[in-house]
This record gives sequence, structure tokens and C-alpha cells, in this order.
Amino acid sequence: MDTRKEKFPYGIPGHNLSEIEREIPIEEPPVWPVNDKLKVIGKRVTRIDALDKVTGKAKYTSDIKLPGMLYSKMLRSNVPHAVITSIDISKAKSLPGVHAVHLIENTPKDGEENKEGTYPMVKYVGQPLGGVAAESLEIAKDAIELIKVNYEKKPFVIDMEAAMEIGAPIVFDEPITQQEDGGDVGEVHDGSKGQGNVRGPSTSSFFGGPRGDLEKGFAEADVVVERTYRTQVHTHMPLETHGVVVDWQPDIMMVYTSTQNTNNVRNEMASVFNLPKSKVRVVCEFMGGGFGAKHSAGSFGPMAANLAKKTGRPVWLMLDRQEEHIAEGNRPSSIHYLKIGAKNDGTLTGIQQRSHGTAGVALGAGVGRIAQILYSCPNFATEQYDVLTNAGPGAAWRAPGNVQGAFGLEQAIDELAEKLKMDPLKYRDLIDKSEVRKVERQRGAELFDWSRRQPAGSGKGTVKKGLGVGQSTWPRFVTLDSSVEIKIHNDGGVEIRSSVQDIGTGTKTILAQVVAEELGLEVKDVKVNIGDTFFPVGPGSGGSVVTGSITPPTRNAAFEAKTALLKLVAKKWETDSSDLFIEGGQVGHKKDVNLKMAFKEATKLMRTSQISKTASRSDDYGGFQQPWGLAFGDLGSVQFAEVSVNTDTGFVKVDKIVAAHSCGRPLNIGQLESQINGGVIQGVSYALYENRVMDKRTGHMMNANVDQYKVPFSMEIPEIETLIVEEYSALSSTDAYGIGEPANIATAAAIANAVYNAIGVRIYEIPITPSSILKALNKVSQI
Amino acid sequence: MNKFSWYEAKSVEDALQQVNSTVSEELYQHTNKATVFKSGGIDVFDWVKEGLLQPEKIVNIRNIPGLDKIRYDKKEGLSIGANVTLEEIASNPEIKNNYLALHQAVNHASTPQLRNISTLGGNIAQHNRCWYFRSVDHECRRKGGDICFARLSQTGENENHAIIENSSCVSVHASSISTALMAFNASVIIINSEGEKKKVGMDDFFVSPVKDIGMENILQAKELITEIVLPAPTKNTRSAYIKQVARESYDWSLGDVAVVFEISGNTCRTASIVLGAAAPVPYRSIEAQQAIENKVINDKNAVAAAKAAMTVARPLAKNDYKVPLFVASIRQAILEIS
Repeated sequence: MDTRKEKFPYGIPGHNLSEIEREIPIEEPPVWPVNDKLKVIGKRVTRIDALDKVTGKAKYTSDIKLPGMLYSKMLRSNVPHAVITSIDISKAKSLPGVHAVHLIENTPKDGEENKEGTYPMVKYVGQPLGGVAAESLEIAKDAIELIKVNYEKKPFVIDMEAAMEIGAPIVFDEPITQQEDGGDVGEVHDGSKGQGNVRGPSTSSFFGGPRGDLEKGFAEADVVVERTYRTQVHTHMPLETHGVVVDWQPDIMMVYTSTQNTNNVRNEMASVFNLPKSKVRVVCEFMGGGFGAKHSAGSFGPMAANLAKKTGRPVWLMLDRQEEHIAEGNRPSSIHYLKIGAKNDGTLTGIQQRSHGTAGVALGAGVGRIAQILYSCPNFATEQYDVLTNAGPGAAWRAPGNVQGAFGLEQAIDELAEKLKMDPLKYRDLIDKSEVRKVERQRGAELFDWSRRQPAGSGKGTVKKGLGVGQSTWPRFVTLDSSVEIKIHNDGGVEIRSSVQDIGTGTKTILAQVVAEELGLEVKDVKVNIGDTFFPVGPGSGGSVVTGSITPPTRNAAFEAKTALLKLVAKKWETDSSDLFIEGGQVGHKKDVNLKMAFKEATKLMRTSQISKTASRSDDYGGFQQPWGLAFGDLGSVQFAEVSVNTDTGFVKVDKIVAAHSCGRPLNIGQLESQINGGVIQGVSYALYENRVMDKRTGHMMNANVDQYKVPFSMEIPEIETLIVEEYSALSSTDAYGIGEPANIATAAAIANAVYNAIGVRIYEIPITPSSILKALNKVSQI
Repeated sequence: MNKFSWYEAKSVEDALQQVNSTVSEELYQHTNKATVFKSGGIDVFDWVKEGLLQPEKIVNIRNIPGLDKIRYDKKEGLSIGANVTLEEIASNPEIKNNYLALHQAVNHASTPQLRNISTLGGNIAQHNRCWYFRSVDHECRRKGGDICFARLSQTGENENHAIIENSSCVSVHASSISTALMAFNASVIIINSEGEKKKVGMDDFFVSPVKDIGMENILQAKELITEIVLPAPTKNTRSAYIKQVARESYDWSLGDVAVVFEISGNTCRTASIVLGAAAPVPYRSIEAQQAIENKVINDKNAVAAAKAAMTVARPLAKNDYKVPLFVASIRQAILEIS
């Protein structure tokens, strides 16, 4: 492979910016300087679809209306554990306006009888059993009401700790494996080990397994913190619910869906219906959020397709808010035990971790890797158990596991600092080797004015102020199967094509920025056509992989297209194309200022009507930690929280969050701030408000709506200041990464630490409510 | 949601001829033949959308002329028509000047959007928000079943529920505005299909589930609220209202308090203290009233009154925090008077 050497910016501007020489493949574009010297990248570019979104012009999945389209509704179980003895659909079928009823049935193996019974066993309330397609949604709903399901009910268990007991009703008799979108990125939980409902443990991650000798570590410790932390089940609540429109034409299955992964949905639908991938087309033009729950076709995708097949018509199937809460994913709970030892000088000597969590009928309820990797500690071991319960399946949820993990770890580190009589921020300076978090702590502390922090519980008056901090790390994941096509048309038009979808955070805009920067054009000159599996395969919007995976090939393809175009100009000017550049929409010559040609004019030189170049993600310039795409470095974050706690009523108000983040080279400051704001708000919500309430007697979720499932509204949202630290690592042609998961990890921990600082009593469980505060303050039952 | 017919009532008489059931009755009896009233529609449509109420007909009383007036007279007091919206009350300067606690309660109810639609008659006649009561999958006692799921000591999810008078249904009344109305000794003017009017004090308007599990207020099927009247305040009347909510933006009360005092100097002469979200209906705390009457309004006496109010509290498994919450709220409301 031909290579060349280039010097790249390396490090953090204003701190340790230097240069590093890398040997890179010859076809890679030339190095970009730091953002200050770029025109479009790193700027506050208004998202290109902002107007379409705020005016309602943007068409989301539920807006898709096709000729002859039918509306459908799913039939769901209303008991938590049962064998279905029969389902009577006769009344539903004969309701005027109903076109088809489809029931989910067990598929027997070839030549075998259906030993499991006709219908799958019911394991939770809300489990999909079937669906109806009708001329209107109202008729479809009425038809669902007319279906009679006969159940032979079985004992069930909802409460995680009850499920762990010997003799508890068993959720699965059989070994199970993790569902596709069940848990943490790259982690597989083994459901075949363990007893009863308790499966596991998982003791390693892609950062390795246990290390050192814990017993020795704790023997060396002068101080030890040993605590158990608890977190609730948290549902995703994207504004746009899951849903799909399937138009099964003779030669192609068209699937319009709200998804974080068009490519994965395409593959699933092709696999379920035994179609070649080339005959399934998945389109997601606009998306109203997913937070990890929308990676797959779910059961609603195949349901709509089956109904489309039965009726020969397009079928619309959008879930409602209740279905969203009970059946389309949640962040698993955790009971998280941590023991951390340190020497008097602060050196960590041992971290022991044990967790149980429930993802309902799914696996993936760990507490992540954060205790393993955030601080260097020679002795470490973890045991993470999944507990099966008769509740809706968990799904990946913005930094799976690690949010639960950080809630415990970052409180334990705070407590350790206090025992060592050290300021929590200074203590982290001592034990945290990350250079970027060091800068985030310095700059964040200044912006937040950390120096005003008082000793815990020392405030006077009823309403006490508290300040706290929490840190996080998230790996830099790269999806190597990420490709983009760039087209330059002979009318000057430029087009980007990829199956990658914009989850709502602004992927379209950053792709346009990258191409505009490379081609010396303006963002408005670039048309972004993504979210369509007819285009080159892009990454799924999960694990914060999108920016780091798709922007380098986007730049590379644009560079290749530009090179091809400049060759044509060079030929006309009878010069060397390497002397040509494009700036401000004009092709120019480095050595002859008189040579100029408008970009649009240049495109007329093409022999064919377009130049089309496709590039896929190159390997990182510095190589990978893991060949599948675990990059070097991390996405380090530090968040500071200021809270007010009313010690009479127990209410906590988060007044302010300073969120200091790094994502390599920032591409669009405005969009980054928005995404960080979103992560912080979800963190506030996780710490104080959201909580899935399940009735243990009936197995139903009691607050499966937006009235009683409490997400914060405007008055609950604190002042949020973001602080973005540029960090250059010279790993790709854009050197940029995502911010999705990091924005959400540390918030709840920072708030819990701030609450402790306010009232002098630690709360080990979220959500933190008036009840938990008043109990911690011994104010309950004093009357 | 079932299909129902729609009737646009032209007058009170017209509406009363049509109607044949209260929502409470229908929720209890499930005849699916009910004709019920709808004013702002916030509560009724929730029941219909959830599939819990399947009316045959809905009578829209929202546009009946004459029920949308606010009248205030220094001697006669205040009259608020049943169809007056919460927003109209919230922005009425005379209500703010003379009935501060009511103004505060209305301003803290619901959301700006909903306040533009909700009517006062509908607000006081709405049904409780117990999540078991509102679930099609839980046949609770108010719906003719024989279990109060929320009460069950091992499994009841009762953090939002009643701590007082909770021996039957443990729900709490959803109208926090009623807390203030009751504290002002408001009365409800009710008309029946014979055209007879009666005036019922707020204390008698609500029906405790201990007395009748099938209703939340005394309204019969062929009855309609036309107005809510409040006696005129004196120059010594003072009031305050405090509401505790998980979310300030919009939420149901976890505990609210309205106090209306007649004072002389800094002494409370007569006290009216009503608690919301404490009991299945707005709860007048005789204990707190007695504790503060003829006492100087100060922190010590306010705390004593607040604690007196809570002597009758019998919390459930998950709502014992409400006791200190009420103590803090009652105290704060009393101290705001001084």
C-alpha cells in the first residue's frame, strides 16, 4: 500500500496542542488544520432541515400516506405470564372495514409438530400477539377490542428482588441469548449461565476481564467505601413513537420507518420474509428520536408486512404512547454494589463491583465498563447479573449500563475523597489519567465557580444549595461498514448519498458541512439524501458512532470527486491539478491568481453528466485497539451540578449544570450544544423524575402515559452551560466523533453528589424524590 | 374509543332533558347506554379515550349561553358561571384582589393551554386520577369491583394517594381549585330538570367514598352546576394557597393547602383550612383550624396547627412522606398570611 507522511494537529488547543506525524494511505485527503483555520467545520451552522421541521413540512413515518393504505393496530397481551389456549378473531374479522387479522404463531421445525403450542407463551403485559389492518385506525382499534384471547394464566414475578429468590416463578425455563438491541454496544450477555431468573455473571468486557488481586488490594487500602446503589427502570419516551409503513409491491418491499438503523431493518425484513436484500428498501427521511430503542424492525415491522401481504395494500402501523412504554424498550434497573479501597495518599488499590439488573424478559442489564476503566486501579473485578422478570424488554438506552454504573461509581469516588479529606475535583486530578478530563475539570470548575462549594450540609435555612461533580468516559467506536457516495452533477449540484439516518441530532447538516468544506462551497449548495438503503450502507445511530464513522468517508469521497473535477480543469488550463483548489465556489490556481473558474462552470467540463465517488471508512490512522473498530482514546466528560434542596418538603431543584465535553474535532457547535442539552435534560429526568411504576399484583405498568410518567418540562430544566473542548488525535480525515452517549452519563451522579453536598446525607437511589429526601433527613414519622 | 352521538345543548333545560347519567354512575355500572355532560371535555374525553367510559351520547354544555359570567359585588360576593374558563378566573383582577388563594390555586392548576379550555364547573366535578381507577385492566371498587388495588399493603402503588379518610377508596380528589373554593366557603348552585335550584356548600358537595364509593360529588344525573358562589370577603380576610408538585410546569397535586383567615392585627380570629390531595375529597382540617384560631400568627403556632392537622393522618405504605410535606405546606401557608 502506498503511503505518505503528514503532520497532523495533535492535542488540545490552549493546553497542549502540538503536531504528530502519521503515515497514511496515499489516497487519504490532506490534513485539515485546527477548526480556527477552517471555514464551515466547527462553526455554528443552522441545521439544514430546521425550517422543514418547525413548519411541519418534514414528513415523518406517521405522515406517510399512500394510495389504498390501510391502518393497523397490534393486539397485545394483558396478562403477564400465560399460555394462550385459543384466540377468537371471528368478530374482528367480520367487522366492516377490517381487511385482515394476523396472529403471531410459533413456527414448527420442518416435519415436526408444534410442540410449543400454536401461539408463543405470554411473558409480559404488552407482548405482541397479532394485529388488524382496517380502513381506519378507529376501525382497527375497535377490531382489536373484539378479539377474544383465552389464557391459561401462570405465576409471574415483577419485582427484581422477588425474582432472585429461590422458588420465585420462573420467567424462562430455557437458556436465552441476548436480543439484537438488548444491551451495551459490543457486549454479549450470556443467558445460559446462572440459576432460576438470575443469569450470568458477565465478568469481562472488550477492555478485558478481572485484573490484579482484589484481596491484596483491599489489604493495602487505608480507606474503603462500600455501598449499594439503586436505579429505576427508565423508558425511552422519544417524541416520535416506533412505527412503520410497509408497501409490499410485487418486486420490492418498501419500508418507511422511524429507525436508528435503516440498514439493520432492511436486513431483518429480508431475513424474516426470505427476500434478497436488494428487494427490500428501507427509508427514514426524518426521525423524532430513538435513544437506543429503535435499532430493529421490532415485531411491528414484520406485523405490518404480514398484513400488507395478506391484503395486497400498503399498511400503516404506528405505536401509541402506552405501547411505547410497555413494550418498546427501557433502561434496565440496577442494584449495584461497589467496594473501593484507596491508600491515604489517594491511590486506588481495589475496585470490586457486583450488580443485578432487570431488563424484563430481555438480557443486557449490566452497569457497563465505567468502574473498570474510568480510573486506573491495579485490582478490579466485576460480576454483572441479569435478572429476568415478567416485564417489557429493555433496549439499548443512551450509554447502556454506563449511566447506572456512573451513578454508583462517581458517588463512591466522592465519598472516598471526603474520607481522604480531599476536594472531590482535586481527588479526580490525582487518580484520573485522562488529559481531556483534566482540561474539562479546570475549565469547567472556572465556568461553574467550583470554589464557592461549601462543606456538605453546612448551608443555613430551609432551602440548601449544593454543588457536585460527576465524570464519565465513553469509548470511541467506529463502524467500518460505513460508506458514502458523493455526486457532482454537471449543473454544479452536489449530492450526498448514504443509508445512514439522521436520528434528529443533525447528521445531515454535518455531512453537508464536511462536503462544503472540502469542495470550497457553502452548506446550502450541498443536497443530503440519506436514510435510504438504496444508497451505500451507513452506520446505525447508536454507540455515538455516526460522526466518527461516516464523516471520514464523506470527506474522502468528496475529496476524490473534487480531484476528478480538478483534473478536468487542469487539463483545460494545461496545468497540474495539484496546484488547483476550490474556495468560495471558485476553482483557483495556487501560482496564478488570474486563473479562475466558477465551480458550476467547471462541472460543465465533465464528459458524463456526473462524477460519482464512493468511499468507505478507512482504518484509523493510528490503528485500532480492537480490529473491529474500538478506537484509541475516549470521549471524556465532566459535568457539574448545582441544586437546591428544600429540607422541609424534600423537593430537589436542579439550578444549573455545566457540561464539559469532548468529541475530538467539533463539527457544529450549535448542534453539539443541543445534543448535550438533551443528554443533560434526560440525566436530570433520570435523577429526579422518571420511573416506571409496575403493579406487582397484576403486572401492569401504572404510568404508561405522559401524564403520570414524569418527564421534565420547561420549568424543571436547569440552566445548562456547555463547554466543548477541542481535542485532536489525528486518527481520521475528519478526526471527529459523536456526543450522543457521553452527554447523558454523568448527570445523575453529579446531581446526587450535589444533593449530598446540600444536605449532608447521601441518597443512594434514584429517582430522588421528596419521599427519599425527607426519609434521609429523618423527617418522616416524626409527627 | 366507542362511537357516540353528539348533542349540542342550547339551554340548561335542553341539556337536562337529554342527560341520563353522571360519569361516576356510568363508570360504576357500565350500562353503555349513558348520555353524559361534557363541558371543557378534559376529564370526560380522557375516560372515553381510555375505553373506560362508553357513552351512547355526549351532551355538550360548553356553549349554553349565560353560564360564562364572572360577577363580583362587594356585599354579595363572587359568582363564577360553570362555563367560565380557568384562564378567565386566573386573569380576573377582582378575584386576585379579593380571593388571593383562589387566584393562586387556579394559576397553579394544569397548563396554560388546558386553562384556556377547562371550565370551573368541569374542574370541580372531575374525577380522581388514581392510576388504578384510570386503568381498563383494574376493576377497582369505584368501577364496581371489589378490590382497592392502591390500598394493598404489599403491592399498592400509592405514593400519590390519600393519607386521611383512606379506609375505603384511597384516591385523592383531582381538583386543587376546590381546595381554595372550600376554604372560602364557596357554594355550588345546582339546577335540576324541574328547574329547581339549590345551593350546596362545598363541604357538602363532595362525597367521601366511605359514604358512597360510586360517586365523588352529590350531583345526580339530571342535575347541572350553573355557578359557584363565594361570600364577600371582609377587610380582615386574608388568604394563601400552597401546592406541592413533582413538576412545577404541570402536575397533579401531591399536597395542597388553602387557608382563609379573618384576622385582627396579627391574630387569627377565624380560620378556614382545607387540604387537597390528602383525602379522597378536599379535606377541611377542623384540627388545624381550632389550633390556630385566636392565636397570634407566628411560626410556633403555625407549626402547631400544621401538626394538629396531621394527627388524623394514617399514611399508606408509600406515602408517609406526605405527612411532613403537609406540615411544611400548612405552616408556610399560614405564615404567608401574616
